[in-house]
Amino acid sequence: MSQANPGNVGIVIVSHSPKIAEGAADMVRQMVGNAVPLAFTGGDVDGGLGTNVAGILAAIEAAWSPAGVAILVDLGGAETNSEMAVEMLPEDRRARVVVCNAPVVEGAVIAATESSGGSPLAAVKRSAEEFYA
Amino acid sequence: MSLDRAVKEALLRALATAMIEHADELTGLDQAIGDGDHGLNMKRGFEALLATLPGVADKSLPEMLKAVGTTLVMKVGGASGPLAGTFFMELGKAMPEEPDRADLSAATDKAIQAVMVRGRSQPGQKTLLDVLVPAQAVLAAGGDARAIAAAAAAAAERTIPMLAIRGRASFLGDRSIGHMDPGARSASLLIAAAAAVLQQEASS
Repeated sequence: MSQANPGNVGIVIVSHSPKIAEGAADMVRQMVGNAVPLAFTGGDVDGGLGTNVAGILAAIEAAWSPAGVAILVDLGGAETNSEMAVEMLPEDRRARVVVCNAPVVEGAVIAATESSGGSPLAAVKRSAEEFYA
Repeated sequence: MSLDRAVKEALLRALATAMIEHADELTGLDQAIGDGDHGLNMKRGFEALLATLPGVADKSLPEMLKAVGTTLVMKVGGASGPLAGTFFMELGKAMPEEPDRADLSAATDKAIQAVMVRGRSQPGQKTLLDVLVPAQAVLAAGGDARAIAAAAAAAAERTIPMLAIRGRASFLGDRSIGHMDPGARSASLLIAAAAAVLQQEASS
């Protein structure tokens, strides 16, 4: 992640399963290497299946880019917790983080590919959402 | 209505006790139509809330409610964490330090609106809103704590024949019919617990 281009949109992967989150991140890395700031989180605060706001906030911080961060989520709670996390960000960052309405694995790979070409946040989100729409 | 420190602490302990004691029941309901984590998630969150006592009860009512909301957001997980957390955070924002009945009614209405936005949901979709909205209506109409709790319990029962439209139960389609919504049940338990404490306070 240290070699990520800081100008590219960051990608955050949020799954109920830590294994899925990690595996999706592996697939992103295979596609774009270190060109994109990337972080993943999964599991509830006790390590069981679920999602948690603190983990999502930490992932956003880890994948932070001045160009913004696109979050890919799996099921309902991942989305709701991600939206909650975005609202808890400092105001100057809040508008630069979006939750994508896209499948978590496919969306992450597509979003990262778009980001790796230097596209802005809106284009990264659109690519993830349109590809499987 | 002025809630002194002891009442605020009793209120939070009653909420936590309700979730901890009914964790298995809530998990059972959630296993029927969801992912089976609702009881465990609520128990975790409200145990974390207990750990903030007694200190959190020293805060003013609005600040205490916001702190409760933050604890639930950070610890419950699932979709319930942001939903329950949003309810308490918004309740805190809308509540004066010494609310009268009209303040309580207005603040709960605002908090419920915020839950609707957070969950992108409306009553009738087999969620906690199907309990919160009718219970709030009884509060707004002047019903006492007992009537509010009764309305909440009856409303939770009415989710049994509903078709789930939001949340993971909606994946089941028609198979969601015939089961009480776990979020509706936990909401009714929390309302009953709060009502019991406030009823006792009003009559003492």
